[in-house]
Amino acid sequence: MAITRDEVANLARLARMALSGDELDHLAPQLDVILGSVARVAEVAAADIPPTSHAVPLTNVFRSDLIRPCLSQADALAGAPATEDGRFRVPRILDPED
Amino acid sequence: MTVLADLPTYDEALAVYEPVIGLETHVELGTESKMFCGCPTAFGAEPNTQVCPVCLGLPGALPVVNEAAIRYTVMIGLALNCTIVPWSRFARKNYFYPDMPKDFQISQYDEPLCVNGWLDVDVDGQTHRVGITRVHMEEDTGKSLHVGGSTGRIQGATHSLVDYNRAGIPLVEIVTEPDVRSPEVARAYVEELRELCRALGISDVRMEQGSLRCDANVSLRRRPATPDGPENPFGTRTETKNLNSLRSVERAVRYEISRQASRLSAGERIVQETRHFDEGAGVTSAGRSKEEATDYRYFPEPDLAPVALSREFVEAVRATLPESPAQRRTRLTGDYGYTLTDIANLRGAGVLDLVEQTVTAGATPEAARKWWLNELARRASDAEIPPSQLAVTPADVARVATLIAAGELTDALARKVIDGVLAGEGGPDAVIEARGLKVVSDTGALDAAADAAIAGAPAIAEKVRGGKVAAVGPLVGAVMKAMKGQADAGAVRALLLEKLGVS
Repeated sequence: MAITRDEVANLARLARMALSGDELDHLAPQLDVILGSVARVAEVAAADIPPTSHAVPLTNVFRSDLIRPCLSQADALAGAPATEDGRFRVPRILDPED
Repeated sequence: MTVLADLPTYDEALAVYEPVIGLETHVELGTESKMFCGCPTAFGAEPNTQVCPVCLGLPGALPVVNEAAIRYTVMIGLALNCTIVPWSRFARKNYFYPDMPKDFQISQYDEPLCVNGWLDVDVDGQTHRVGITRVHMEEDTGKSLHVGGSTGRIQGATHSLVDYNRAGIPLVEIVTEPDVRSPEVARAYVEELRELCRALGISDVRMEQGSLRCDANVSLRRRPATPDGPENPFGTRTETKNLNSLRSVERAVRYEISRQASRLSAGERIVQETRHFDEGAGVTSAGRSKEEATDYRYFPEPDLAPVALSREFVEAVRATLPESPAQRRTRLTGDYGYTLTDIANLRGAGVLDLVEQTVTAGATPEAARKWWLNELARRASDAEIPPSQLAVTPADVARVATLIAAGELTDALARKVIDGVLAGEGGPDAVIEARGLKVVSDTGALDAAADAAIAGAPAIAEKVRGGKVAAVGPLVGAVMKAMKGQADAGAVRALLLEKLGVS
């Protein structure tokens, strides 16, 4: 299992990371080594060990449908870089040519 | 947006192509609190006042699943004849868009809670079975207001304002198989699903407020060369997003069928894309193409434990399921003698529950139907309130209907009784007493009035005696006037004819 430079470039794009060509040259082989190391876990996992997503064997952790206090509007917006009319103000979503 | 001038007529399109339609419907669940936190879900609050660290995606906040949302989803799954799976997980759907402050939406991916069901839909007396692929849970997104462009559109906006009150409200997505073959069935499916969710009491299903919205996947394939020839493979589909009325579902699907037929007939290909429906123009247009190659990088949500519902839990939920709209229709056509059109009309007028309560209170189904659908629906509409908020109860209507059946009220008098009840003068009996509205069955008074009418119009009386029974109308009118409307016109007519020797 190997990860290619193109795949790393695509992942960087999806994660909104602006990586230069030099950075890709530098990072892609490192990621490949990391994946190779992690893949060794599969070698020791026997067929009767199912893949797992959680470290603790818990299921059905639920809460009752009860309302709890919220933040005030001022507190909710306190960390926002920009606000307007009680809302989070965000930059233009579509580029003009879209 | 270009409106295509060369669209083939819809019938021309259908002659050559068979539409293949699948629907994805989002239903906001009517829980008190959000899917993963305790913020309230009420519609219409001031922006960003129903938010907390969890639904704002602040660092360190941890989601916990709302048990009621699980229960409601299981109710939908069971009502749609689905299998409730014994093992299900939430997944992160990663994307960057300001409507989700976490930069991901908690959803379900390859392990939805409910799978493999169906819903039967009736259109023009024909039943269409629509397969349900899956029912899964997710959280709703925030609401964006686009500023600076024309009419609030995202195109051309200079910036956007986001309200996260809706972010995190539990949402159920119901996905059908590509089983639907017409815009009418598509609309009827969404309507039936809406009625089902309403009957289950799990959502207020108000399409205009977005608590039920629908995406329509439409493709065309050539009909078989001969009637019994092999079916052609499915064509390329488009997905028209966020249809927020039943009418829009039907119109958007119908437009897509014509548009795609025109493209295909011109030898062009259909581009797999997201489209938007413009209600005003009645056309769909291509959405953003740049974001098309979506790669959501789903992975199991590490902050939420898997859901592994026991058989006991599922069966306990099943035991709470109320009567479905389909079962109700069967009961009402059987017990009440209503037609499906009657039921659709009563439901459309918002009086079906009231009619049932009126029958339970002692009215005949026919009288209950007539009073609520005609007189009372109109009064409610005049007052601009739902019929259920009228100041007249099903028991009042049943009492009035009973009095009419017993000959103690005419329809005209009954309307005056309703006037009085609506004006807050008390129940029907109190109004009748206070306004003196009973039909006069005092034969002495009627006799006298009839004799006076005959004596007052000898020419007419002679005509009737001579066999022109239809001429009796003015005499009936005279008696009714003398009785101030408080007599039964049929009985008056019979009395007059008897006196004139032609009964």
